[in-house]
Amino acid sequence: MPLFGKKETVTINYISHAGVKKPIAVTVGNSVMEGAIRNGIDEIVAECGGAAQCGTCHVYVEEQWLPKLPPMQDDENAMLDTTLCPRRPNSRLSCQIPVTKELDGLTVHTPEAQV
Amino acid sequence: MSVVIVGAGQGGFQAAWSLRMEGYDGSITLIGDEPYLPYQRPPLSKGFLLGKQELESVTLRPEKFYSDQRIELRMGECVASIDRAARKVVLASGSSVPYDSLILATGARVRRLADREALYLRGRDDAAQLKDRLDRAESVAVIGGGFIGLEVAAAARMLGKEAAVVEIQPRLMQRVVAPVVSDFFRELHETHGVRLMLGSGDVPRADLTVAGVGVIPNVELALEAGLTADNGIVVDEHLRTADQNIFAIGDCSKHAQRGRLESVQNAVDQAKCAAANIAGKTQVYAAVPWFWTDQFDAKLQMAGLSGGADRVVLRGSPPKFSVFYFRGGKLIAIDSISRPADHMMARKLLAAGVEVSAEQAADENFALASLVNR
Ligand SMILES: Cc1cc2nc3c(=O)[nH]c(=O)nc-3n(C[C@H](O)[C@H](O)[C@H](O)COP(=O)(O)OP(=O)(O)OC[C@H]3O[C@@H](n4cnc5c(N)ncnc54)[C@H](O)[C@@H]3O)c2cc1C
Ligand code: FES
Repeated sequence: MPLFGKKETVTINYISHAGVKKPIAVTVGNSVMEGAIRNGIDEIVAECGGAAQCGTCHVYVEEQWLPKLPPMQDDENAMLDTTLCPRRPNSRLSCQIPVTKELDGLTVHTPEAQV
Repeated sequence: MSVVIVGAGQGGFQAAWSLRMEGYDGSITLIGDEPYLPYQRPPLSKGFLLGKQELESVTLRPEKFYSDQRIELRMGECVASIDRAARKVVLASGSSVPYDSLILATGARVRRLADREALYLRGRDDAAQLKDRLDRAESVAVIGGGFIGLEVAAAARMLGKEAAVVEIQPRLMQRVVAPVVSDFFRELHETHGVRLMLGSGDVPRADLTVAGVGVIPNVELALEAGLTADNGIVVDEHLRTADQNIFAIGDCSKHAQRGRLESVQNAVDQAKCAAANIAGKTQVYAAVPWFWTDQFDAKLQMAGLSGGADRVVLRGSPPKFSVFYFRGGKLIAIDSISRPADHMMARKLLAAGVEVSAEQAADENFALASLVNR
């Protein structure tokens, strides 16, 4: 049980294009995008604020985590075809990944650029 | 060099960040009269009203972001006037801030009804008050069948409240969408139990009355400084006002050719363009407009500007369809309802300016992608 008033967090690892890894404690219930923008991961831009409308929160998810993620919805799928850096099989929009306890240790790579 | 940005909303925030991304190294002062760090408004009528999102979560970036980026924040401060001759802005508190370039990103304020008490929704405080009252109400009357009114009505129904929408026009979102889209949303709302009163001005009795009847751009600062404004601060293709050192972006800005738009896309892309021009590039504002709204389980996504359309063609059929708008045989806009792939294609088609025929648009077996991915 989380302590009263204290929110549970898990660690999400953000690895920049240059290879710098930043482990961040992200509140359960926040999205992987929110975990980034609130903690100085400026490689995530998130112009639309999480509405799956802008494609500027693109990440490459480390393969072993893919099966643990919620399935992709149509809007995310469509948006991923418009990202600045090329879409790969492990591409996701970080705003569409809510952080759960099961995702403790999730590792995502940010692309070279978002805009 | 110093840049001052008046208005710390979606556009002001983006302009500050984009200046840094463009390599601009001088000082940046971001002045906003709301007592909050810059935040985004779309969730206020969506996730927040529905109780899915906390109010705090609309904040665009934490304070540290601004210090890291060397963006000086002046929150809770109102700019009272612009001294163009001395190139400085004067704050209501009396102090002044000099600029080499000035960006006006003052947004818009809600239009208020003269003859009736109602709640409105524009900022965080409005949203907090509305949410509180909504949670305690059993019935809600919404005045205005535009995006905000309809999102509020949908949220009210999803929270189990009785909801009615009064719209003086005969159909919903009349100003911006084709009748087929209005009809779809009428049915959607009725199916979910919203009482729609179209072509009516009779507001039913309810525990709570909310009005979403449009906005008024904040142009007074510009006007008083001798700049031209008429439902928006008039700017050229580079987003400059008549004063070469002053730009206007977002909801307050009126592009000489495209007019004034109210959307996240417009605020963000205009901010980027103005920032690039200040940083020494020469950029013409040419981004494809897009917009979205969520109502119940439907998502309406719009690309381009459909005003002046003389032909409308459907791709797919309700509840999932897209409407292609043509003018003089040229594709000008596409509205997609729960067809996000069409919407993304729409942005690409409009950006590339490729020719699309009405037949190709209507034929679901025709791959629109073949027109752009050549
Ligand atoms: C409830 C709601 C839902 C929305 N949903 C969507 C949506 O789903 N999709 C979409 O694309 N768009 C949506 N919008 C529209 C979008 O939020 C706006 O177009 C966008 O915020 C415009 O950005 P802006 O920077 O021009 O203005 P704003 O974000 O309004 O910022 C302007 C700021 O300037 C401040 N200011 C004004 N004058 C002064 C002064 N003299 N001194 C100091 N500060 C000043 C204002 O107080 C304000 O904080 C929505 C808007 C609302 C209100
Ligand atoms: S934040 Fe815009 S798509 Fe994720």
